[in-house]
Amino acid sequence: MSAAMKVRDDDLFRYLLRLGDLSLVLGQRLGEWVGHSPALEEDLGLANIALDLIGQARLLLGYAGEIEGRGRDEDQLAFLREHGEYLNPTLAEQPNGDFGRTIVRQVLIDAFQLELYERLTASSDGHLAAIAAKAVKETRYHLRYSGGWLVRLGDGTPESRARMSSAIERLWSLTTELFAEDDVDRAMAERGIAPRLADVQKAWSARIAALLAEATLERPLDRPYSWFGKQGMHSEHLGYMLAEMQYMQRTYPGARW
Amino acid sequence: MNALALSDRAAGDPAAGDPAPGDPTAAVANAPGAAARIARAWAALRDVEDPEIPAVSVVDLGVIRFVTTQSDGSLGVGLSPTYTGCPATEVIQALVERALADADVGAWRVVRVLAPAWSSDWITAEGRRKLAEYGIVPPDHSSSSLRDLRPGGRPVACPRCHSTHTETVSEFGSTPCKALLRCRECLEPFEYFKCI
Repeated sequence: MSAAMKVRDDDLFRYLLRLGDLSLVLGQRLGEWVGHSPALEEDLGLANIALDLIGQARLLLGYAGEIEGRGRDEDQLAFLREHGEYLNPTLAEQPNGDFGRTIVRQVLIDAFQLELYERLTASSDGHLAAIAAKAVKETRYHLRYSGGWLVRLGDGTPESRARMSSAIERLWSLTTELFAEDDVDRAMAERGIAPRLADVQKAWSARIAALLAEATLERPLDRPYSWFGKQGMHSEHLGYMLAEMQYMQRTYPGARW
Repeated sequence: MNALALSDRAAGDPAAGDPAPGDPTAAVANAPGAAARIARAWAALRDVEDPEIPAVSVVDLGVIRFVTTQSDGSLGVGLSPTYTGCPATEVIQALVERALADADVGAWRVVRVLAPAWSSDWITAEGRRKLAEYGIVPPDHSSSSLRDLRPGGRPVACPRCHSTHTETVSEFGSTPCKALLRCRECLEPFEYFKCI
């Protein structure tokens, strides 16, 4: 069906923004490491992962624009939406911190995207299933990288271990939101477009538990959680990130390379 | 005049098959000469080098998914990205378009194909040979379906001294499709084409 013939589908539009914004915001964060990583290999690694994530965001946001049917393309959605219109989970926008904290954030999200994309390959929406089938291969590789570092640094020196423990403590409560099902998630699951988040959570928890055990790190206790980026209620960090990311398009609208 | 329709749609999606505003004099489907046009297109594409690994062509890499006559008589050329964010994808598309424009193939258009997703298994035998000659170890055929997330598995042999006593320096290399390894015997670093 061509874009013009598609009926407006606000739930699907919002769901695609959530997926696309997660990749875009995390990709932008990883891009901040370029030229600052602890070693050249990690500079390459983080930049390559950022590239994949931004590639995924292009596909997802491009499709979201088609579903929205107002003629907005991937660039307009990425560079001309406001803070509260971003629907990424709050975890993605958290500042990089040290390399350890970046790795912890990455492991938590890589494992989430992996379990999600694996299930989205069976989506009743053929185009989303095709994007997921492409992204899942890349995501598998991302987790191999981030998981490898989690184990090396967790089961490393007292200094690296202390930093990893503190990063997990700090970021853990933000994972609650990944699996908190709301009306959009329920509508997507009922239509067979997306999996049940409870199923994703189960698989994610098992994967994370195994990685933490190998890294000799403790799984923190669940704590109350208040942010809800998935619905546009973000931490203070996103605004600063968008100010930098959107600067060129806001200042010189329509500028091209 | 060459018609160009760009679609990010998966193969089989009707959006990819919309009639293009092609040359009115273009040959119709199954017209005599269609096979020859397809053969000329493949020949032209075999000369298109990958912009980042010029040793292999886009055909060797397996990113050209099909060349076929479409209902409006134009040639449809399916192109898949290796990685979603690979910056070379747009360059490859431009090079493919130039090659088709220069070849005597009548009307044509390039269609982006997402599904099934490109796999390193699709690199041809010829492509694997050229990669090895160029000093890049071709991907292990078996691993595109791998589910395990930990490094390990079969050791990668050094392209220079063939020792399997090698180590991974970085999971990511100078392009999205390669990893960086080092031989512990001859101490030379080398690149390995990632399996996805």
